[in-house]
Amino acid sequence: MNAPTAAVPADPFKGSLWPRVAALALIVYVIYAGAQLEVSWARIETGLENAAKFFSRLFPPNFSRHDLLVKGLLESLQIAVLASTLGIVLALPIGLCAARNLMPAWVTWPARLIIVASRSFHPVIVAILFVKAVGFGALAGTLALTVASIGFIGKLFTEAIEEISLKQVEAVRATGASFSSVLAFGVLPQVFSRFIGFSTYQLDSNLRNSTMVGIVGAGGIGGTLFAAFQRFDYDFVCAILLSIIGLIMLGEVLATGVRAIFIENATLADLFRRGSAMRRVRHSEDD
Amino acid sequence: MIVVAIVLSIQTVEVIPEFLADAPEQVADLLTRMWPLDFAYYPDTVHAALMETIHIASLGTLLALVLAMPVGILAAHNLVPSTPVNLVAKLILVSSRSVNSLVWALLFVGIFGPGALAGTLAIAFRSIGFVGKLFGEALEEAQPGPIEALSAAGAPWASRMTFGYWPQVKPAFWSIALFRWDINVRESAVLGLVGAGGIGMALDSALNLFQWTRVAVILLAIFAVVIIAEVVVTQVRRRMI
Repeated sequence: MNAPTAAVPADPFKGSLWPRVAALALIVYVIYAGAQLEVSWARIETGLENAAKFFSRLFPPNFSRHDLLVKGLLESLQIAVLASTLGIVLALPIGLCAARNLMPAWVTWPARLIIVASRSFHPVIVAILFVKAVGFGALAGTLALTVASIGFIGKLFTEAIEEISLKQVEAVRATGASFSSVLAFGVLPQVFSRFIGFSTYQLDSNLRNSTMVGIVGAGGIGGTLFAAFQRFDYDFVCAILLSIIGLIMLGEVLATGVRAIFIENATLADLFRRGSAMRRVRHSEDD
Repeated sequence: MIVVAIVLSIQTVEVIPEFLADAPEQVADLLTRMWPLDFAYYPDTVHAALMETIHIASLGTLLALVLAMPVGILAAHNLVPSTPVNLVAKLILVSSRSVNSLVWALLFVGIFGPGALAGTLAIAFRSIGFVGKLFGEALEEAQPGPIEALSAAGAPWASRMTFGYWPQVKPAFWSIALFRWDINVRESAVLGLVGAGGIGMALDSALNLFQWTRVAVILLAIFAVVIIAEVVVTQVRRRMI
């Protein structure tokens, strides 16, 4: 008979205060920053005209200098393969040293510093420094991408080790196993599949970047691309871009294949949504 | 097969031994030329360029979020149950990701001329593929329960989106956005090398003039911004998600 007297909010989906403040701040920022870009209709109009001209000169792609193209692409591929190999080999010990649950603080700090330092610069900037150190050519590109790989794989490998279950490590340790046996039988089996995941992802990413480091003279197809751009050889540019996209897609297919072989249930998306995936795993363990 | 690839690459990569031998000497030379850092250079040029870099990264990310949402929705099979539409959306996402942001920057510099506008568009177009792919996958993983309940109650499409899907994908969406912004801060620092605005332009001119003391200041500034961005992202993620 009596209607419930508890106050029912008029709008059950009403937002709270802070998201609104944040949204307002974001809008103010967009207006402020957008004003600095100097966008005007006149500029967009001339831009669209330029775009039409540009695209008409881009097509049809000109593959007549294919020997130059193939040479550059092969060099990019070599840079990517070598940098990934070196990067993985170096990232393994560094990542292991940076794991807080296995190593004392005086080991983790230097290792973490190396990882942060190698992650903070874009490979192209690192490539500039290596070009100065070892001269123009593929070696500079390889070293630059190695540094990038150490940063990326090292960071994710460390996080993977820090998330392992220590029960198995304790069990192996309880048998009186040496430190290397603990690593080999307690730690590595737990992180192996994710390690393969990062490594294939990094190979993929190195392949993308190895086509770019040439812009600063560090070898690969990037140098050819940039030179063609500056000489307004737009039909050759188009040919190079199409080949790069083809190479990258091929690499992506290969990486997916490798990942599917080694890990059936973990995908790249899982890698990125690691937080939620791990939480789900932990919940199921608790149950 | 992997071993064969490695061996072949080692054999064919051109290494000039003389260049490798004097590498330590060159590094020492580089470091001595970078010292002392030219901090007087920071206020008049580097600071403005650094701010421009941050604007490029932030506006580019926001633009990418706006553009990637519809594409991500079209790519999600449970929302748009039409395989051809899904495939076209996925093709858009793949082509956006396959082109490096430097190449996008070259294209937009060709179209709009040098400057921050080209950089912003390059960052946005490169990010669409990344954001759209992960957003589409998050949508596909959404639980069907709440959506079925909403459609059983006769909710229109817009309500199903805002009250059924959005609350489920919101954490994934914001973490993708933050992750991409972090990447974009790093990427926007190099776009200037091809003339697309930001601190890369200052770096390029300092490098071309061999003003290594200035190069060192710029590198230090980039390093600081990248670290700050990472701290901001970690803090915001902890508070929000």
